[in-house]
Amino acid sequence: MLEIRNLHVRAEGKEILRGIDLTVNAGEVHAIMGPNGSGKSTLARALSGHPEYEVTAGEALYEGRDLLAMDPDERAREGVFMAFQYPVEIAGVNNSYFLKAALNAKRKHLGQPELDAMEFMTLVQEKAKLLEIDKSMLTRAVNEGFSGGEKKRNEIFQMALLEPKLAILDETDSGLDIDALKLVANGVNAMRSPGRAFIVVTHYQRLLNYIVPDYVHVLSAGKIVRSGGKELAHELEARGYGWIDAA
Amino acid sequence: MSTSTETIEQLANREYKYGFYSDVEAETIPKGLSEDVVRLISQKKNEPEWLLEWRLKAYRLWLTMKEPSWQNVKYDPINYQDIVYYSAPKRKKALNSLDEVDPEVKRTFDKLGIPLEEQKLLAGVAVDAVFDSVSVATTFREKLAGMGIIFMSFSEAVQHHPDLVKKYLGSVVPHTDNFFAALNSAVFSDGSFVYVPKGVRCPMELSTYFRINAKDTGQFERTLIIADEGSYVSYLEGCTAPMRDENQLHAAVVELVAHDDATIKYSTIQNWYPGDKDGKGGIFNFVTKRGLASGRRSKITWTQVETGSAITWKYPGCILQGDGSIGEFYSVATTNNWQQADTGTKMIHLGKNTRSTIVSKGISAGHGQNTYRGLVRIGKNAVNARNYSQCDSLLIGDKCGAHTFPYLEIRNTSARVEHEASTSKIGEDQIFYCRQRGLKTEDAVNMIVSGFCREVFRELPMEFAVEAQKLLSVSLEGSVG
Repeated sequence: MLEIRNLHVRAEGKEILRGIDLTVNAGEVHAIMGPNGSGKSTLARALSGHPEYEVTAGEALYEGRDLLAMDPDERAREGVFMAFQYPVEIAGVNNSYFLKAALNAKRKHLGQPELDAMEFMTLVQEKAKLLEIDKSMLTRAVNEGFSGGEKKRNEIFQMALLEPKLAILDETDSGLDIDALKLVANGVNAMRSPGRAFIVVTHYQRLLNYIVPDYVHVLSAGKIVRSGGKELAHELEARGYGWIDAA
Repeated sequence: MSTSTETIEQLANREYKYGFYSDVEAETIPKGLSEDVVRLISQKKNEPEWLLEWRLKAYRLWLTMKEPSWQNVKYDPINYQDIVYYSAPKRKKALNSLDEVDPEVKRTFDKLGIPLEEQKLLAGVAVDAVFDSVSVATTFREKLAGMGIIFMSFSEAVQHHPDLVKKYLGSVVPHTDNFFAALNSAVFSDGSFVYVPKGVRCPMELSTYFRINAKDTGQFERTLIIADEGSYVSYLEGCTAPMRDENQLHAAVVELVAHDDATIKYSTIQNWYPGDKDGKGGIFNFVTKRGLASGRRSKITWTQVETGSAITWKYPGCILQGDGSIGEFYSVATTNNWQQADTGTKMIHLGKNTRSTIVSKGISAGHGQNTYRGLVRIGKNAVNARNYSQCDSLLIGDKCGAHTFPYLEIRNTSARVEHEASTSKIGEDQIFYCRQRGLKTEDAVNMIVSGFCREVFRELPMEFAVEAQKLLSVSLEGSVG
């Protein structure tokens, strides 16, 4: 599904990623771990096309196509979703109106009929139940006045609705208490399927107790320094990131 | 004669029957302004002597007045002798099909989602004999007349209801009010007149839109709306379609009077030609609008969406004279390319327990300059007056500007006045967030801007609100990315 080769990325004038190689197949869950400043979030943002992250070398193929040549919105409509570390507030724009516009933009792009208000609401209610999303969250403005936990749940809710092929979770666990964390993890687990891949960026092993990855990669100074199975996360938990750097 | 020309003539005659072009012929007088010109205008409109005198008084005063220069807009001096002050509504040559319409205009029509038949009408294409708006307009007027509601052109009202006109004309905006009001009083061409009798609730939105060629009423429009005790009326001015006009200067006057327990809602969508991308051409829209909430518990609400004109200069205000009267002002003003807007309101609290609300949303893009200027005055007898003002500015790009000038004059210690203001730049992070969800940049900007204007849009009648939203996206086109 995703094939990253020798990816170099600059942001704010600094080279942050210095040659990432990563292959993600459909159905797999990859965890990206690493200390602060190692480039985890940069990888997530570069893959989603954030304008402040400049790819200086390397390539990324998404379903065999040049991902980096696509506009951010085209990537999204083609099935790449990023759950934001800091979801943005949009005052005055109704949350479900926003979601309907997003979903229909995608459906239109894929040649599917757009959903009308009734069909959309039926779908929303089904997905909202999954994440225990309160109805009032749907009628409020996008992320406005949401608590940290509500914002993150709203991200996963959007993911559930948009049904991406490749979902990238950028430190979705940060700022969540244990109950919210379980809720988010349940949502993600319910969406795991043979046709869908996840890249889960996280600083802590904690999230991976609930979203069990197939592969764990450790980033340090812009490179993947170690890859392994889920046990690598446990090892990191026990020994700390210092162990990687020393190795 | 082709069928289409006949149709136009039929339409014209029907219009005439209902008085929208009561007394004008297809002719124009030479450029320039003098007492003779004022007399000629009055004579052509077959006006009574008192009205001629009123015009002359205004003209003589105007001669002694200076054009205001305090507003935060820049333009070359206007040569008042280079303007034609009387021009009968001329029918443009009918086009045979929409294919003949300027493609730019056609594209805007499509973007606004205006139905084909209406597009033809607006663009001056010959239309089928059975045209919805016309038949609607007819039934509409009959129904209103049955309820005692007077809704007609100003010129017609002068002929049929001179007492009402005489009683109220200039009672809210006197000819002495300002330079442009004086000019308008001297040479006003036509406009709308509405009277709603006691206790009547006008059952539909009154709209200039139903007066099909109202756009030709000229550059000096005069409108007067009176709501008698306990009545209600909602009036819509303008149209979302692009209004091309040869006249550069528009100086309209609108006066509203609300008696005890009466409510007037006045909504405007202004989309005059803004000039081209380099700031050439475009309308100067210098308007004086004011409502007198004269009665107890009367209420006046101004809602405006100002997207057009090269320069917009207007402060629809309310004089809250009756005890417990309410004034509201909801405004969205956008400036793109080289447009300039200096707009806001005046809330003059005179009566006890009067309340006013001001919500102003300014959007600047391109090299646009957007100024909010608002006055809240609490008179010394206005016990327990309350005002809430909120002025928000949104900047798109880094070459535009937003300015806020609130003026507060409070002469009664029991007053409660709140003012909130904010300026924000449309966020790259917001746009990226929307794009990551699959929305195109343009759609993302439209969504963010609509969200910004929501508090104002919800004051508009439903179908108008939808059009206003589309209009906003057209006028901000090309401002990002």
